[in-house]
Amino acid sequence: MGMTMSQKILAAHTGKNELEAGELIEADIDLVLGNDITSPVAIREMAKINADKVYDKDKVVLVMDHFVPNKDIKSAENAKTCREFACSQCISHFYDVGKMGIEHALIPEKGLCLPGDLVVGADSHTVTYGALGAFSTGVGSTDMAAAMATGKLWFKVPQAIRIRLKGKPSKYVTGKDLILHIIGKIGVDGALYQSMEFCGEGVKYLSMDDRLAICNMAIEAGGKNGIFPVDDQTLEYVATHLSEKNRALFGENADIEEIKKGIGSVIGHIYEADDDAVYAAELEIDLSELKPTVSFPHLPSNTRTIDEAEDMKVKIDQVVIGSCTNGRISDMRQAAEVLKGRKVADNVRCIIIPATQEIYLQSMREGLLEIFIEAGAVVSTPTCGPCLGGHMGILADKERCVSTTNRNFVGRMGAKTSEVYLASPYVAAASAVTGYISSPASIM
Amino acid sequence: MRAKGKTIKYGDNIDTDIIIPARYLNIMDRKELASHCMEDLDADFAKKVNDGDIIVAGSNFGCGSSREHAPQVIKDSGVGCVIAESFARIFYRNAINIGLPIIECPEAAKAINDGDEVEINFDTGDIKDITKNESFKAQPFPGFLQSMINAGGLINYINEKSENKQ
Repeated sequence: MGMTMSQKILAAHTGKNELEAGELIEADIDLVLGNDITSPVAIREMAKINADKVYDKDKVVLVMDHFVPNKDIKSAENAKTCREFACSQCISHFYDVGKMGIEHALIPEKGLCLPGDLVVGADSHTVTYGALGAFSTGVGSTDMAAAMATGKLWFKVPQAIRIRLKGKPSKYVTGKDLILHIIGKIGVDGALYQSMEFCGEGVKYLSMDDRLAICNMAIEAGGKNGIFPVDDQTLEYVATHLSEKNRALFGENADIEEIKKGIGSVIGHIYEADDDAVYAAELEIDLSELKPTVSFPHLPSNTRTIDEAEDMKVKIDQVVIGSCTNGRISDMRQAAEVLKGRKVADNVRCIIIPATQEIYLQSMREGLLEIFIEAGAVVSTPTCGPCLGGHMGILADKERCVSTTNRNFVGRMGAKTSEVYLASPYVAAASAVTGYISSPASIM
Repeated sequence: MRAKGKTIKYGDNIDTDIIIPARYLNIMDRKELASHCMEDLDADFAKKVNDGDIIVAGSNFGCGSSREHAPQVIKDSGVGCVIAESFARIFYRNAINIGLPIIECPEAAKAINDGDEVEINFDTGDIKDITKNESFKAQPFPGFLQSMINAGGLINYINEKSENKQ
């Protein structure tokens, strides 16, 4: 029986030619990730395992991103625990303030994940790297500890939902709108325990930043992983975001085309679903029919199209543009496209958070930061901060926020009576200008 | 292994931000952390929960973040077991890894009322609502997971395995 793309990657990491859905396996891990919230617990748990050292100092990545720059003494102590562990274990990839970025924007940017890799991270949004054709999934701190110590972890081989994309999205429709639309359709447990495998001719109209945002929110449908096939855009992205170690595997004079040709042989592996793979469900989406989409409180599945949302005249207090979902350079460009020459509405706070130092710098070079600040927005250093109600933009009682983040659960961004509306950077920026949930088309 | 206690019932999609809001995730002291368990949904939870109580919930329990703090605060609150129609996948792993007993049984989760006295036999998958005198059958765990549960979680399981090798 044929295998899905996800099953093939799991099989390759288990040393088997064939796997079936439901099988319990122990697989070799290519990369283990943790952040400043989950790693301290993992470090505590790893101390209980009969292993003094991590299995591979180059395959463990620790990113200080959630409560940094340290929001209080307890957060500072936790970051210190991670820092000392990284130092004592000689971890190659420890990213502290000044070098860090939001982990799921940083890891693809640094070239730490390649097509065909098996990645686990103690952060639910680890699903993001499926955009690169990797199998990547979130785990808890004890799993992280076990993976750091042994380089292996147990998995149940998942079934998959195949999501076939066709058509070309219209202006102002982004990857965020597609994934919110899908979650609205199948529900917050619509892909529970399953892979979400994207395919079809519509894939080519989605940029890498779109695909990263889409896979990022697979978890919001309960998915075990989201995954895209590897195409020319993937190769181009990987070839232009190589780690130093991987770059060294190519000749000094190798150009982009040569590097692209080496992906799948020199570095990484390219997997495709078998033609006769069996899927638990199939979904077809015509991208040309999609509209900007907004998730109303308090579930990501509570979606409305921008037309419906606009008619409801939802007055807002805050806008957040950033996060592991939408803090990438194209998100910054989209926000700037709307905010250029316009002003953030009175009584609205607009907080913009480029996800990494590199994105921050690029935004500066392109003049985007100037546009944001002139519009009356604030620009923050990279942090997960407000997305999970940590810091840098907490909501008061009954306040409303349009946010490009990924969750709108009760109390997610602050007071338990506050409300979060999930949307794309276009919609968030347009809403910042009008003070109500708004379509970018209405003001452009 | 058995659990017996009074139930506290919640609905569908109880997310990890409800179980333990992220604003408390800087706390490493487990007792202090547990005092905030469920507080945005049920402000009295920490006061009313007794050792051995059983949480009963709808579908997708524990959805959202990967934070292991979520099953940990439930365990540290004294809860003996969570029965749900279904569990979100990372919560399911985390619960097994840290040794919080969970059991998936849609029929039981639907039928059992708040405050009922319930007994669970994990070896057979039998769930009995003593108050209503009704019985339910859950699927027992696959062998590999059961051996991890018997070991008391993933860390013990790994240590036992490496000792056996030596």
